[in-house]
Amino acid sequence: MTDIHETQSGRRLRRVIKDRFFIIICLFAAAVCISTLCILLGSILAQGMDHLDKQLLTGVPSRKPDKAGIYPAMIGTIYICLVCAISAVPLGIGTAILLEEFKPKHPILARLHGFVQLNITNLAGVPSVVYGILGLTAFVEMFKLFGAGGDPWWTLGTTENWYYLRIPFGRGVLAGGLTLMLVVLPIIIISSQEALRAVPNSLRNGALALGATKWQMVWNTTLPSAVPGIMTGTILAMSRAIGEAAPILIIAGIVYITFTPEHLMDDFTAMPLQIYDWAGRPQEAFHHVAASGIIVLMAILLTFNAAAVVIRQKFQR
Amino acid sequence: MLSRSTGILAAAAIAAALSLFVGNSSAQAEELKGAVKIDGSSTVYPITEAVAEEFGAEHRHVRVTVGISGTGGGFKRFSVGETDISDASRPIKKKELDVAVENGVQFIEIPVAYDGLTIVVNHDNDFIKSLTVDDLKKIFLDGTTVKTWKDVNPAYPAIDIKIYAPGTDSGTFDYFKEVVAGSDGSIRSDMSVSEDDNVLVRGVAGDKGAIGFFGCAYYFENTDKLRAVAIDGGNGPVLPAKDTIEGGTYAPFSRPLFIYINTKSAERPEVDAFVNFYLENGPELAEEVGYVRLPSQIIELTKKNYAARKTGTQFLDKNGEKIHGPLAEVYK
Amino acid sequence: MSSATIPSQTSLPVGRLKSKTVRRVREWCIMGLLIGCGVFSIATTLAIIIILGLETIHFFGLDEVSFVDFITGTQWNPLLGAEKHFGIWPLICGTFLVTAVAMVVALPLGLITAIWLSEYARPGVRAVIKPVLEVLAGIPTVVFGFFALTVITPSLRWLHEGFNVYNAASAGLAVAVMCLPIVTSLSEDALRAVPRSLKEGAYGLGATRFEVSVKVVTPAALSGIIAAFLLAIARAVGETMIVSLAAGNAAKMTADPREEVQTMTAYMVQIFLGDASNFGPEYYSSYAVAATLFLMTLALTVIGHRIRVKFRQVYE
Repeated sequence: MTDIHETQSGRRLRRVIKDRFFIIICLFAAAVCISTLCILLGSILAQGMDHLDKQLLTGVPSRKPDKAGIYPAMIGTIYICLVCAISAVPLGIGTAILLEEFKPKHPILARLHGFVQLNITNLAGVPSVVYGILGLTAFVEMFKLFGAGGDPWWTLGTTENWYYLRIPFGRGVLAGGLTLMLVVLPIIIISSQEALRAVPNSLRNGALALGATKWQMVWNTTLPSAVPGIMTGTILAMSRAIGEAAPILIIAGIVYITFTPEHLMDDFTAMPLQIYDWAGRPQEAFHHVAASGIIVLMAILLTFNAAAVVIRQKFQR
Repeated sequence: MLSRSTGILAAAAIAAALSLFVGNSSAQAEELKGAVKIDGSSTVYPITEAVAEEFGAEHRHVRVTVGISGTGGGFKRFSVGETDISDASRPIKKKELDVAVENGVQFIEIPVAYDGLTIVVNHDNDFIKSLTVDDLKKIFLDGTTVKTWKDVNPAYPAIDIKIYAPGTDSGTFDYFKEVVAGSDGSIRSDMSVSEDDNVLVRGVAGDKGAIGFFGCAYYFENTDKLRAVAIDGGNGPVLPAKDTIEGGTYAPFSRPLFIYINTKSAERPEVDAFVNFYLENGPELAEEVGYVRLPSQIIELTKKNYAARKTGTQFLDKNGEKIHGPLAEVYK
Repeated sequence: MSSATIPSQTSLPVGRLKSKTVRRVREWCIMGLLIGCGVFSIATTLAIIIILGLETIHFFGLDEVSFVDFITGTQWNPLLGAEKHFGIWPLICGTFLVTAVAMVVALPLGLITAIWLSEYARPGVRAVIKPVLEVLAGIPTVVFGFFALTVITPSLRWLHEGFNVYNAASAGLAVAVMCLPIVTSLSEDALRAVPRSLKEGAYGLGATRFEVSVKVVTPAALSGIIAAFLLAIARAVGETMIVSLAAGNAAKMTADPREEVQTMTAYMVQIFLGDASNFGPEYYSSYAVAATLFLMTLALTVIGHRIRVKFRQVYE
């Protein structure tokens, strides 16, 4: 009998040791993650702090590292993200409403509905560089339907007007912003869907019972309740757009630009591209400028993320 | 819908604040406006970047863009009229000229500096002092069996050779290929290739057995990381330097760099002002970034030719064959 | 927020009748707009498929190229050499090597951290770490590329001399850091979705926390965890900026992470940044590479989606 007891308590002991050991592994893993992040942020801060001044924020790119600035890239980023937001947000929310609030009952339509849903899941997984190629072909060259290069096929206004439009778009702000729109659209759709799904059905039924049409129900009841969730998702999607480099690299390339865009077709550069350019140069001093640029970029992103968190906290019940 | 409008408002506010922050220091009387689009060689890029930067300080409202897509990539856009000026580290080719003619693009050809295509090795590499063109053939030709430095010369240690070369679209690659492989030969395929010379500098700087080649400006900018190899073209080893490049003793790798200006674009005052600025300040800036200034008689010639809008290339004969020879003899 | 404003119902019958038709017309218009939104997403997919498809077909129609060589070839030198070779495997090999390095690090670390977060950590710790993970998941990839170039590569070369200045390991580690928050956050969600009753049953039988975590919760959440893993793999395969900064530009078949490699995405960037201007086979080859990449990530997302759907059926 004692034998059995001993083996049992021995087994028990081994199990407890295993348990303790696993905690150590867990803490080790968490420590590795946290220290990596500290090294990441620390190295960037260490390299970038001394260049972080007015010159960087207001200056234009330069061949001399201590004179280099990120101002044109910053404005370029703001412009393409504006185009991206204006086009992606209504489209994204519209698609989310269609998918969540207007679920068809007819079997064929229901199958179509499921197909759209699956399609959006797939779009969310497409690498952004592929969207860059899509944007290049569809927006910049317009499938070469209107001739390649040289003079545009059709124009509206002149380069003096902000709304100057030409077909094909060329490598301008509009093409860049629309390409970013393709990248963030699935993210906005999926997060808006989640926000709409979180609205209790009782609200919908109440509105319908009072004689509201389906759209009135959505516009007056569901959508207002879902706004905080949609906003959070949208802000996170926009922060993705701000940092996205690969599709913009394909659209705009690495270009030396010292001015800010004046119209929708104007050439531009964006912050991630400028950072990519500096990071790729062999001189140490440019790495420091790149690090400073990263600090500015991360500061903007943190502001966006903080806004999202605040909105969620404020409206969370 | 709230999110959209607040987003726009916020972004607009930031943009407005920033533009207030910056844009109130320009009140010249007669301001040039407009845009100058430049693309092409990454070898010429440092000069054009410097010129654009200095030009931009004087003419705040002229919007100069300088891209890097290689000499060939630059000509592709230039020959359909997409760009105003094309940077080139070799003269235009027959095929590119044909496309330009087809699209009605006429151009003015201007040499802007001398470059010594520099063969570089790692700074810690102490065994290679000079290489002959035959050595380069051994290393670079397609189908070569050379793997380590020992295979090139038994006196060298058995360290693996890693090659960093400019992209096949660059004039530098074309020029190197023509000298080393001839017009029919080809360069080995197992190299690391990039159109961006900065990538090559970092590659060679990071590997003791590495070899690479690019325009001398990228070497002079990074002499703490790289070492130039003296080239023996038959008359003893010569290092790239101002006098050897200008005098042509750094053979066969000294060559002129060019810009090509679309004649139609040159009618626009901003492009005209930019080119004149280039002709005036280019030699000095070229020297600053590491290239060799052209002799003064050629500089005068370029100014005269530009003023007279002398179109076409002088490096192709009537049959489209390339004309070889020193710049001073070919360029008239 | 939830107060519903009900349209006033005090209008006269005639007005009501009129407003009813107006309402119906408006309803139809809005429905049309919404369907337009849905169609747009389908059109995007179609555009991707058509563009990649047409250009890829064009590519295979060229004389220098054969489809069989493309999918079986082990030599990729579209730009150099006397004879051009278009065998996709060196690029796939480079992509796999970077992804493998990244996943070997990110998956176990992320999963263990997720288990710790959901089963061990105090709620306060979790409340801090979850939003931090979300922020980290939003760090631009160019930042990780910079990190790889200025910190990881020099450290690796300091540890061991055999590392090339551009190498797969450095890019892979940076991709791992990028994927860690995604893996952790999504796995943690999956672990927390396991019903309490399951855990409590195990504890009731005298299991230790380790046994509950590893033998009960993790298997129950396995489908969600696998879906998270697949998503991370898809992100790693499609990652562009890190590899084009740190992994290099030499396409070769190698399993040595110290070597320089070229991934599919890095090749696309190389071509579209101007390395191939003439519209020859090398230019169209980038479309074929893009199509391959698209098919790979598509397969990963479809499998992940299937697993997730199954997972939902089990626990709801």
